[in-house]
Order: sequence, then structure tokens, then C-alpha cells
Amino acid sequence: MNRFAYVDTKTIDEALGQLGGGAVIKAGGIDLLDLMKDDIIAPSKLVNIRNISGLNGISIQKDGLHLGSLTTLSEIAAHPDIRHSYAALADAAGHAATPQVRNMATLGGNIMQRPRCWYFRSSDFDCKKKSGTSDECHAHAGENQYHAVMNNGTCAMVHPSSTAVPLLAMDATVELVSKAGKRTVAMRDFFVPPEKSLINETVVQPGELITGIFVPAPLPGTRSAYQKYGEKESFDWPLADAGVVLVMDGSHCKRAAIVLGVAAPTPTRCASAEALLTGKVIDEAVARSAAQAAMQSATPLSQNSYKTQLFHTAIYRTVLLAAGQMQRDPSSIG
Amino acid sequence: MAIELSEHELEQQQGASQEKSRAKGVEGEAKPTREVAKKDEQSAATKPAVPTRADHFVWGIPQNGLEQKQRHVPLHEPPPLAANAELTYIGKPTERYDGPAKVTGKAKYTADVHLPGMLYGRMVDASVPHARIISIDASAAEKLPGVRAVHIIEHVYGVAQLRNPKQELSSRYPLVRYAGQPIAGVAAISQQIADEAAKLIKVQYETMRFVIDRAEARVDGAPMVFPGPADEAGSAGGGGGPKGVPQTGNVHGPQRKTVGDPHKGFSEADITVEGEYFTQVQTHSALETHGFVVDWKPEEVTVYASTQGTSSVRNDMADVFKLRKPQVRVITEFMGGGFGAKFGAGNEGVVAANLSRKANAPVKLMLDRRQEHIVSNRPDSHQKLKIGAKLDGTLTAIELVSYGTAGVGTGAGTAGPATNMYKCPNLLTEEYDVFTNAGPGAAFRAPGHPQGCFALEQAIDELAIKLELDPLTYREKIDENPARKVERQLILDRTNWSKRRPAGSDTGPIKYGMGIAQSVWYRFVNMNSSCEVRLSRDGSVELMSAVQDLGTGTKTMLAIIVAEEFGIPPASVIIRIGDTRFPIGPDSGGSVTAGSITPAARNAAYEVKQKLFAAVAPKLGTTAENLTIQSGRVIFKDDASKSYSLKQVAAKLPTDEISARSTRVAEYSKEKITYGGVDYVELAVDTETGRVHIQKVFGAHDCGRPINPTGVISQINGGILQGISYALFEQRIMDRNAGYMLNANLDNYKILGAREVPEIEIALVENYIAQSSTDAAGIGESAGIITLAAAIANAFYNATGVRMRKLPMTPAHVLDALGRSRENGNGREVQA
Repeated sequence: MNRFAYVDTKTIDEALGQLGGGAVIKAGGIDLLDLMKDDIIAPSKLVNIRNISGLNGISIQKDGLHLGSLTTLSEIAAHPDIRHSYAALADAAGHAATPQVRNMATLGGNIMQRPRCWYFRSSDFDCKKKSGTSDECHAHAGENQYHAVMNNGTCAMVHPSSTAVPLLAMDATVELVSKAGKRTVAMRDFFVPPEKSLINETVVQPGELITGIFVPAPLPGTRSAYQKYGEKESFDWPLADAGVVLVMDGSHCKRAAIVLGVAAPTPTRCASAEALLTGKVIDEAVARSAAQAAMQSATPLSQNSYKTQLFHTAIYRTVLLAAGQMQRDPSSIG
Repeated sequence: MAIELSEHELEQQQGASQEKSRAKGVEGEAKPTREVAKKDEQSAATKPAVPTRADHFVWGIPQNGLEQKQRHVPLHEPPPLAANAELTYIGKPTERYDGPAKVTGKAKYTADVHLPGMLYGRMVDASVPHARIISIDASAAEKLPGVRAVHIIEHVYGVAQLRNPKQELSSRYPLVRYAGQPIAGVAAISQQIADEAAKLIKVQYETMRFVIDRAEARVDGAPMVFPGPADEAGSAGGGGGPKGVPQTGNVHGPQRKTVGDPHKGFSEADITVEGEYFTQVQTHSALETHGFVVDWKPEEVTVYASTQGTSSVRNDMADVFKLRKPQVRVITEFMGGGFGAKFGAGNEGVVAANLSRKANAPVKLMLDRRQEHIVSNRPDSHQKLKIGAKLDGTLTAIELVSYGTAGVGTGAGTAGPATNMYKCPNLLTEEYDVFTNAGPGAAFRAPGHPQGCFALEQAIDELAIKLELDPLTYREKIDENPARKVERQLILDRTNWSKRRPAGSDTGPIKYGMGIAQSVWYRFVNMNSSCEVRLSRDGSVELMSAVQDLGTGTKTMLAIIVAEEFGIPPASVIIRIGDTRFPIGPDSGGSVTAGSITPAARNAAYEVKQKLFAAVAPKLGTTAENLTIQSGRVIFKDDASKSYSLKQVAAKLPTDEISARSTRVAEYSKEKITYGGVDYVELAVDTETGRVHIQKVFGAHDCGRPINPTGVISQINGGILQGISYALFEQRIMDRNAGYMLNANLDNYKILGAREVPEIEIALVENYIAQSSTDAAGIGESAGIITLAAAIANAFYNATGVRMRKLPMTPAHVLDALGRSRENGNGREVQA
């Protein structure tokens, strides 16, 4: 780890004033410290925003759910209204990492995590994501059992954030502030796929700070769920996950949103699968057909075709869980 | 396995082994051969005659009824111990002696040692898997403010060495044969500066072609890891491979062993089973990484070591630096796990000592987690196993051909279980080591046995099913070991085994199954086992030995032994161990510690007690022979109303202290003894996610006389968990293109966590063997690590009808095996 300066800030303006010139924002410090310890980044300054009042908090309004960017994953997971009305978000926040990490990790930091890829995360390997010169994605001809199964042609990294999955499925928006002022970005526009930029994974610009996330109020009849699957239950990265939001009219599905997290470099909505649920009575056959449709676009690499099957299972079981036709899957992790 | 000895021969040689140069100890985990060693009688004959007496010792297994066995034992041996049921402290569940110190953080591990003026070290290692080093430029590191010493390595320890070193161009620097090979070390006034300095050391390489895959390394024309035949010595924990065997390319071996006529055995078989089995490389991943604090002073070098053998570290340091042994003091007060990988000084210990000598200050050098993953491992395996049997189940022949890679080391043999578990008249085993450009293998909890058992116990299961016999009943027929007979009965009595259904009975995606597997381990004794016991006039009892407690509960066990002799609570005995200034202790490998050191502890305590009685009897108005200790009181044998506390009696001592020192006495008999266990697993397989959920493990195990059942059960729990972790999660992943370990962390190197822990129930089988004054034995190796992968695989088959012949059973491997089974038609056998 490099030497760095550490600045504690108490207000948004103070924090914004400290940014620039190689400074990075530190909230929970979970992913940031990992990246520094592994020599992936070497920031000159850490700007601690943890003590800024007003960036923390959960507020349920008529229009929806307002979350401060410093709200911790454990606060989100434990909140009774979120568990009731935004179940998939509570599931995703409550099953990330470990209880200790969830007590420290913030929502803003969670969606700003850098990708999972052991080539990216090792200083032994040079790649374009790290401004390197190597043209190839090491995963393509290397060890790719944990890599992306969709949109993996440019870079096969997987998206790291569990909470981004339900947030995208729920049409959330991200509130950003900089010295130039405030702006709001929809989750569907928030992440930048590798074919557009290998360096930037989100639209957040240098000098910008995430202040909050807004999730619109669910329509009547909305039910949601998130589940992830991995090699083990304790503290493991998912190999497959699915966030499902269903708007039900009695036994019929009026509208569906299905989002996959670790399938691709960015969270991915599955429009063809959603279409198969719309207007249908949800049962196992329908859920499986949606899963089948979602995985049509999979392009597995040499070692990860099993993940396609895992995603199939994750999708159909999470659709059934959201529809109330299945208990939480004991095979899911977290 | 380095050395093929019977355990008797082993015992004879133990004393000598410690005197040999570094890394040549034999007391560890060698496999016994079947032939009785001829040397036995010779060496016995050269021994001076020891006066003996005949005595009767409790013998057998309580479930079968205990007997009395007559043994001729040295005259001054303590009287025979009664069975545990009749004792006060031995065999009674006892709280860990140092538990409070550990949970409150008072216990100081090597990583916690802080000495005045101490410097911090960092190892520099190779960034390429195979290369000649052209130059090393340490000038920038040396100039960095705060750096006090740089040491460039001249010799790499713990790897195979060319038989003929002239086959390689001589060079100032060792040839790099694996990424992560140690190159240099730096010491600085802070860890941060040391880390920074390490990055400033510039190494120029001339890279060479490399090979990391076992199968690819066997192919003609594969890059040669060594230009000619090379051998590796084992450590005190075992490991290492046979020497002088043929070597072709990277393939070292075979070590071939034949019993009877295997060809004839197979021709007589009515049924044969044949299969290929693949196991992965597992890294030790001890909680505390390898490390040392070395304080080099001309008069004495003090070494704080995270080690399984204080003696092994002392011997290595003395050997490498040409010091007299008393000039090296090794201290291991608390130890954070080793599992076989922490014997001797290691490269990091030698580097730390060099740095301390150069800087004239103490140096702490702990490996980081990445280095810890690369420094040692359990080799992988590719085994072809064939077993023949008669229609009545009688085994006629076993043939095992096994290839494994220990990277730049040897010791990947797997034949232990096939050789020693079941009686079979005809046996052929061929073990090959395959060199690859990867970190060296090392002894790892029951070397070779989890791999060998994974193959053998699945094949036996398969044979039982072909014979249409219950796998447990079938083992009853072919396994003569009396303890395992009792253990199988415990499984029948206390598990759901009798409700076991035919393979693949469930129709839904979740399938349930049960399986068992058995283990075998051997009684090894290390004669370098001494203790001193002191009694002070204030009644305090103290025990001292250089033996280390690597977390297995050695301190507790010693406290119990001494407590039993004096009739005082174990917690009141002061235990000082892990310091080579105390009487020599055994290196803890091969499950030798309990069986080796406890007799010395008891004998010393007994002798002190006799000295006490002799000293105070006149003052009490009786004879020493009339004194005894009962229920914590010193009493007259002829008048129980005369009763004193130990403190009252000790107060009458003529000196402030009396003491006795005792060394391990030879085994009472030369009977061949093995230990074992039978483990039962209940699991669920989710056939759509590839997850294997272990629901219940019942383990029945024997280890001679259990001294502290709590400690023994704790060891078995740990072995079972490590076994599950090996079976389902752990695997070293190497990048094929760069030759680096990709998951050298605890994030992507996956180890079982709290949520993967099933319900575990343990039954201990007392097995009195009348071999020593305590009859204790170790449990570390046979404690579940050997059996679990096989038991899980057998339960997996019972659940799904598919054999998992490849480890670990991750979703990738499970879904692949199930998918291929479906392609071949459900229920048909496939090669996973």
C-alpha cells in the first residue's frame, strides 16, 4: 500500500473541495482498502465522507424510498418497510459479504465497487482496465470459471454489486452532486459497459459525489426477491444471481423486471424473459421458460458454461420466490 | 513419502534422525511397509539390557470387554494405569489449559512478538515461473531511508535438488523454478518501509519455458523443471519422495511395491472395479502464516518461531549457520496452526536470521498470505485404481497407479490406504511424482491419505454395490481392524444408516444420500521426548519440555497427566513448553506428539512423587512405600485416616524444590498398531445448482487411550471440517499462461465457513494397547481429513447415482458430472 494523506470532512462542500489531484472518496472503505492493499490503485489522498451528516438515513415517502448514500447495508437489510415493500433490495443488502462488512459497507460504496476479476485484482497482471498496454483480456485464454457469461467479448469481468441488481429492477435513480451542481441519473444509465469504456465503470465523474438513491414507490401488487448462488454460503462471491420484481394482478403477472448481476460486466435486464412472464399465471413451467429465454444470449467462455445453468436455476427459483410459490432457496448463499 | 520403514524400525531410528542434517527427520508420516523390518532384532541386540519387570496392563476395547495383558517393562516404569473410567482426570473432558489466554488475546503468537529495536522483514520472491536470474540490483532498496539490511538468497530450501548439480550451469543465484520462489529479504525499521524496499529490488530474468499442469508435464517434450533427476528430502512431518528412483523428463518414479502375485490375483477375481480419480492441490492456509522473529547475538541466537518442531528449527539453524545447538534457542509459546507445513527453519527463517545478523538487531519476518499459499501444499493426484474380488467379496488383488505433482518437490504418493486398510494377498502400487513449475508440496495432515482414501473407499463402495452388499456390511467382511469393527457398529446404532435407500431414489432436483468411509493411520513414536517435572516446597507443580503446542491441546494433555499423578486439578499444574532450553521435545508431525511425550511426562511426575515420598516419609513417621495419593490427598496405605494435602506434605521437603527428568521409554511391545476411524455423512445434492449440502457427520474414531476427550473431539471436529473443505471448496488455481497462482488469498481460495458446518457427532472408541505408561496416541491425521472426501463422494453416489471422481465438488464439477451422466443415460456410470 502506498503512502497517502487522509482528510476527514464534515460537510458535502468540504468533501467536494478536497477532491481532485488523485484524491478518492472513502465511505465504508471496504473495496477501497482492498484495491490499495493489492496495489491496484495508489491514491494520494483519501477523503473521508463517513462523518458528513445528512448522507445517512432511510426515508419512506409517498413517492418512494429515499436512501442516503452512507446508509449501511445492514441498516437497509434490517428496515421493516424495505423488507416489506422493497424485499429484493433488503435481500440483496442483507446477503452481501458478511455481517461485519455489511455494518461498515455503504450503499453508495456498494454500487461504486470495482469489478470482480482476478486478473484485474492482481498487480501481477497488466490489462487495459488498469491503463495497461496488454491488448488481450487475460480471462479469455486463461482461467475464466468465475467470469461473465454475457457481453464478455471485450472484457469478461463481472459486476460486483448485489444491491445494483434490485435497484435496476426497481427503476431507481442516483443523485449526484459536484461543484457544478446536482444531477440525477437513472440506474439503467448509471453503469458503463466495457465496449464504451474500459476505464470507467459508471458515469460518475471525477469530483462528483453520490448523495442518495431514490427508489420509486412500488405499484400495488408488487412483489420482489433477490437470490444469489455460489460455491459456499459463508462470505463468497456469487456465481449467479437474479433480482425479480413482479407486479401481480391476482394470480396474473402484469409486469415483470428480471435483472442479473454477475452474468455480465454490468447488471443486465432480461427483456425477453420479462415478456414471457407478462400476462401469465406464474408457475414453474413459466418461470423456467423465462429463465431459458434470459440465457439465450449467453456466450460462455471455455470454463464457465456451468454458470449458464446456474443462472437458469437462479432465475426460475427467484421468479417463484417473488411470486410466493417457493420458500427462500436453501441452496442460495449469503 | 521419503522413507519406507516399519514403525518399529522407525522407532529405532528416531533418536538418530534428529542428529541428521536438516530436513531429514523420519519420525513423521512415513508409510509402514508390510514386511517386518529385519533390522529390529539387530538393533535390539546392540541395546544394553534394561532390567525389566512383568506387569499387567489394561488391554482392548471396552465395548468388547477389557482384558489384562502381560508386558515386560523397564523396572522403573510407573505402575500400570487403570482404564479411564477409574481415573480422576485422565479421560475426563477438560477445558483447554490456555483457552482464556487465547480468547482474551493475552496469548502471544510469533506474529505478536515485539522486541526492543526490532526490525521488520519482507521476503522478495520470483515474479516468473521459470528463469535464470541474470542480475539482482538491491541498491535502491539499500538506499531507502529506514532499510537496515538486505539479504540475497544463495540456496533454496524445501525443494527437490538435482542428484548431479553439474547438470545445471553454476550461477550466483539459484535458478527460479516457480513463481513465488524466494529470492531475497529486506529488513527495515517499519513494515511499510520493508514492503516498499522489497519492491525496489530489481531482478533481471532470462525466462525459460515452463509447465504447471501435471498432465502436460508428463508429455514428451514438455519443458523440463529440472534438467536431470532430482530428489527432495522429507521434513520432520513427512513429505518428500523416494530417492534414487528412475526419472524420465519430469516424471520421477515409480516407487513400485508388490505383494504376492497381483496378476494371478486379478485372474482369480470374479468381479473387478476400475476407476480413475482426480484430486486437486490444497494449500495449508494456517491462520498464522509462516514466520520468525530472530534475535541474532554472538553468544546465542534466539528464534521465535511459528513451528511444529522447536527441535527441527534449532537443528536447521545450527546446521545452516554452523552453530552449536545450545547456541540456538527456539521459542514457540503459542502457535497458529501448521498442518504439516511448518518444520525446520524454512527459507524465511534462514533469511530472517541472516537479516538479523547483518543488521545487528532482532528481525520479525512473517510471510504474507499470498506467500503462505505458495510456500507449501498437498500435492494433487491422478490415480488409477483396480480392485478384484471373489463373488463372496474376498479381495483378490489391488492395483494402484498414481501420478501427482508436488510442484518443485516430491511426495505426491497416495498408496498408504490401498496398502494398509484392508488385507489383500496381492497388491501392486506404483507412485510417480511429476515435477511442475509450481510451489513445493509439503507434509499436510495425513500426507497422501485423503487422496488415496478418496479412490480406495469409493472403489470399495462400488465393489459392495456390484456385489449387492450393503457397503458397511461389506467392510465388516474385509476389514479385520477391531476398533473399526466397533466404530461401524456405532454407526449402525446411532445413525440413519439402516434407513439408507438405493442410489438415486429421489425424483426432484434435490437428492439426499448417505455414505461412509474409513481411515487408517499408524502409531509413530518419537524418542526425542523428554520432560522435567518440579515440585516446590509450596506445593506448586511445574512441567517443562521443548515440545510445542501447535493448537492441538498439548499443554492441556500434559497438565492432565501430571494432575492425575499428584491428585491435583489440571489447571493448577504449571506447563512451560515450547522452548529448546527445556528438555528436548518431539516435532509434531504424523500424530506423534501425544503418544511420544505423555509417557515422559507421567514418568517424570511419578519419579518426583517417589522422591517426595522418600523425603517426607520419615517426618510423617512412616515409610515411602506406605505413602500414596488418593482423591487428591496424600494418605497412608495402611491407615487412610492419615491424610494430608499435597501442600502440607511438600512443606516438609528438605530443599525448596525437587525435580525429575524423564525421557520416552521404548514401546512395551513390537505389535503393529494402526488407528482409524469410520465417518458417516448425510447430504443433499442440489442437482440444478451443483451445491452439495452436508447435513450430518457422525464420526467414530480411536486413538489409544484418550487423555482429554474434549481435545480429541476438537481435533476430530477440525479434521472433519478440513475434510469437507477439501472435498467441496479448496483448490489452488494457477493461470496457465503466466504460471502464477491466481487465488493466493482467502477470498478466492475458498475455505469452509461457519455456514458450511454441519451437525457433527463424535464417538470416541477407547483402545487400550499396553504400549507405554500412558497408552496415549495422537488423533491429528486420522481425524476425518482422510475420510471425508470419500464419505461425501459415497453419499453423493447414494443421492444421485453418479460417482464424483474429481475434487473439489464445486458447482462447476458437479454440474459437469451430472450433465455427462444425463447425456449417457441416467444412472449410468460416468467418469467425472
